[in-house]
Amino acid sequence: MLQPYATPVERIWYWAFRILCTLVVLFLILPILVIVPLSFNGGSFLVYPLQGFSLRWYQDFFTSAEWMRSLKNSMIVAPAATLVAMTLGTMAAVGLTRAEFRFKSLLMSTLISPMVVPVVIVGVATYLFFAPLGMSNSYLSLILVHAALGVPFVIITVTATLQSFNRNLTRAAASLGADPLTTFFKVTLPLIAPGVISGALFAFATSFDEVVVTLFLAGPQQATLPRQMFGGIRENISPTIAAVATILIAFSVVMLLTLEWLRGRSEKLRTTAE
Amino acid sequence: MRSRLTRQALTAALVFSGLQLASAGSLTIVSFGGANQEAQAKAFYTPFQSASGTQVIPADYNGDIAQVKQAKDTHVPAWDIVEVESPELLRGCEEGLYEKLSWSRLGNASSFVPGAVSHCGAGIFVWSTVMAVKNQGVQPSSWSEFWDVSKFPGKRGLRKGAKYNLEFALMADGVKPTDVYRLLPTPEGQNRAFKKLQQLRPYIQWWEAGDQPQQWLQSGQVVASTAYNGRVSLARRKGSPLKTVWRDSIYDFDSWAIIKGSPNKDAALKFIEASLKPGRQAAFAEMMTYGPTQYDAVSLVNKKIQGDLPTSPENMVQGIPLDVVFWALYGDKLEKRFSSWLAGK
Amino acid sequence: MTTSAAPQAPILTVDGVPLKTQLHRAERMNRIKSLALIAPLAIFLILVFIVPLVAMLKKSVDNPEVHDTLPKTSAAISHWDGKGLPAEDVYQSLIADLQVAYDNQTMGDLGKRLNTELPGYRSLINKTARALPFDPKPASVKAAMTELDERWGDPTYWQVIRRNASAYTPYYLLASLDHRIDEQGQIVAAEPEQAIYLDVFARTLWMSFVVTILCLVFSYPVAYLLATLPTRKSNLLMICVLLPFWTSVLVRVAAWIVLLQSGGIINSTLIHLGIIDQPLQLVFNRTGVYISMVHILMPFMILPIYSVMKGISPSYLRAAISLGSHPFAAFWQVYFPQTVAGVAAGGLLVFIMSIGYYITPALLGSPNDQMVSYFVAFYTNTTINWGMATALGGLLFGATLILYIVYSWLVGANRLRLG
Repeated sequence: MLQPYATPVERIWYWAFRILCTLVVLFLILPILVIVPLSFNGGSFLVYPLQGFSLRWYQDFFTSAEWMRSLKNSMIVAPAATLVAMTLGTMAAVGLTRAEFRFKSLLMSTLISPMVVPVVIVGVATYLFFAPLGMSNSYLSLILVHAALGVPFVIITVTATLQSFNRNLTRAAASLGADPLTTFFKVTLPLIAPGVISGALFAFATSFDEVVVTLFLAGPQQATLPRQMFGGIRENISPTIAAVATILIAFSVVMLLTLEWLRGRSEKLRTTAE
Repeated sequence: MRSRLTRQALTAALVFSGLQLASAGSLTIVSFGGANQEAQAKAFYTPFQSASGTQVIPADYNGDIAQVKQAKDTHVPAWDIVEVESPELLRGCEEGLYEKLSWSRLGNASSFVPGAVSHCGAGIFVWSTVMAVKNQGVQPSSWSEFWDVSKFPGKRGLRKGAKYNLEFALMADGVKPTDVYRLLPTPEGQNRAFKKLQQLRPYIQWWEAGDQPQQWLQSGQVVASTAYNGRVSLARRKGSPLKTVWRDSIYDFDSWAIIKGSPNKDAALKFIEASLKPGRQAAFAEMMTYGPTQYDAVSLVNKKIQGDLPTSPENMVQGIPLDVVFWALYGDKLEKRFSSWLAGK
Repeated sequence: MTTSAAPQAPILTVDGVPLKTQLHRAERMNRIKSLALIAPLAIFLILVFIVPLVAMLKKSVDNPEVHDTLPKTSAAISHWDGKGLPAEDVYQSLIADLQVAYDNQTMGDLGKRLNTELPGYRSLINKTARALPFDPKPASVKAAMTELDERWGDPTYWQVIRRNASAYTPYYLLASLDHRIDEQGQIVAAEPEQAIYLDVFARTLWMSFVVTILCLVFSYPVAYLLATLPTRKSNLLMICVLLPFWTSVLVRVAAWIVLLQSGGIINSTLIHLGIIDQPLQLVFNRTGVYISMVHILMPFMILPIYSVMKGISPSYLRAAISLGSHPFAAFWQVYFPQTVAGVAAGGLLVFIMSIGYYITPALLGSPNDQMVSYFVAFYTNTTINWGMATALGGLLFGATLILYIVYSWLVGANRLRLG
């Protein structure tokens, strides 16, 4: 990068650039680095230096009825929302890439608009819509809205995968006598699976991290993990919050690594397919 | 007409398809969160749960009557029991938010302190809004000192809302505590209170949840704050060096109310009855240092703790009771003015 | 696609149908199949997303209370010109309507609505309804009502009903823009005490702008580094960028509070190092909101810029330098213009996301740092004023929509890339 014949000014610029980048990256990961050790703190305040090592905050989390209920609720809502988003989103993505028609880009923009409409507005609108139907404070409304919020991610990732997908493979399958459904499940799906799964991961993360719509639509019985955390942060940032945060960070790391692995796989598939 | 029919059909279909989980067999109790709710869980929820087999689902809110309304207005009320402050109890009772209580099922009404028994509410405890400061060096000890930012530099914590703050502002402006509620119904009194608040405004950090003031005092975020007396004592017992200023504090009841239309009314009454037993009241008072509402409970409370209760004779004479009728009448208007004031410059 | 190869003369298929027709038919089939695949999602989104949004927009101009509760009066009062007092039939309609409303217990919303227009109206109609029916039947209802309460002889009270007799009103939308309709039906500026929303909108735009600029300034170098580092190192750096992106927003908010509060890690470190003696106010104010928003939104800026930069060959820059251009000039004149598309995409995306922010200002800001979303939530959850909530929400939605259209037009929604 830095050439041996660089002038002093260039050197200064080079190092300034490096330092700035280091600081920015530090800024990005600092909160995560800071909160993890605190969750193992023996003392009951969120301050450094740590007062001994302890797992009591994790014990607190796993033995608290409220935290466990919220975890259970998240584990009901997020997978269900993901399933809906993944199924509908993949179908639509396949439809969007296999033919050209008028207003296609308008349709695409509309289908991924849930990603950009402010969540507060989605929350108010769906609350006003579902409450008179007797559907506020229910898992169903929460799952449906979370699915709608997750759909754009599935569409984006699956269409991206499909664009590099070799259409001749499906034509070959069809000419060999496979019906469209068989072709989809035996040929298309295995090849676009990485895109579908990463879209599903995004949809899952969206629901698993969603708090605003939940604030409007969920009653105490449906409070999800983020909703419980929201209350906790407002009331009292205890080390238990740090423990929950650490568990969630571990969870994100696993998701991120899965995603990177999938990306590597899909690139490999792509190159072998070509 | 047709749309209403389809709507009803849709609702019925959803209810019967079992997609909406019924809340029968459990009781959703909504109270002020944090330490208060933890103590309630120990003193009320857990014993009731093990005795009756009814599962308690706790949730928290910040006392907004609007949220009570919203919870009531869903198809099946989202809440069963709610802990409310007195003005919200009175207003909600008039507006039909709560079930009328059958006192015959709750115990002998004459064994409660005056004010704890009402149509829609059963008084759980007496609590005070006090000033909390760090227990070191010279600290503000009156509301005029609370307002004095040159003598005590730093931020102040106040509860987000008009209630209590307008009273304290007037006291800081030199109004005698006994005159506060004579002045507040008048436009001049209200303007004077808002003007005084405006003066402190750059130094105010607004809290919404009851555990925040203690945390902020502990971390040095604020130098003084209004706070719920019980939470201050609790933080002190946990090792935070905090002091309660009882002078010119304001006390009030918190009551249980049953949300109108609750499908678990019977279980709710059983819960309220159980939680009002002197033994439970004393257990709660010892944890939270809020005053019991049953005469019989007072003597059961540990002697060491009695001095920390708002109901102890020396603390009570220093404070004034919240004017429930005033806030029930003027609350809407003043809270609206407050929120506009807060959003403006 | 081999189908686009155009034949010079009509070629027939084995069935004897011209190939062109057959192809058209096949393409139409294909299109129908595609649309059939898209339809389930489209229907799903219409039901749980678009219909609720449209219903919300409609609600911002809804004014059902007077129109629904006082149907006869609403019809009768339309003949009154608003000057002097209305005729006897209006009075008669009102007592008929009030009696029905009192029996059906539908007075509550009406009272609340009228009271927001004119304080004291709630008690007036309650008092009147309780006194009904008039017994014995009076010769003039007008006289009887005026005797019951002299306010019924004041045209102001009737003007309120007249103004709200229609089922729709611009009242809430005007209030969201700091305007109101006065007694004469003219649009005038709202009273200074109530005129807060234009400030809030300005604040929302300004804060979003600042966040976008800060994101850009910090993201550009990182994206450049990502695009120019060797693969291994750049993958590691990418993980550092993506990890926060995947971490729960609430986790990050909690972490920032722990870091930034007065007794928090940053302040105690600075005091310990002797750099400051009084803790800095870093949270529960604008600073805290900016810090956490920039943190949350930076990946949305880095990723589009990075994907553009990755496609730029470094040889252009090298060529420019070897032709004698100063490295900075070369960077500015050759490299930067090629990245403008990424900058625009990232900037617009970050700005669109910023203007709708709620959680971060709510948890990390003071009342003066709240954006439009906060007031939407406030009117929904704290005061249940659907008119104001939906009007403010509608305006915010409109702003987002315009920006999103610009975005789709400039960048193309299908070019959005994640990770």
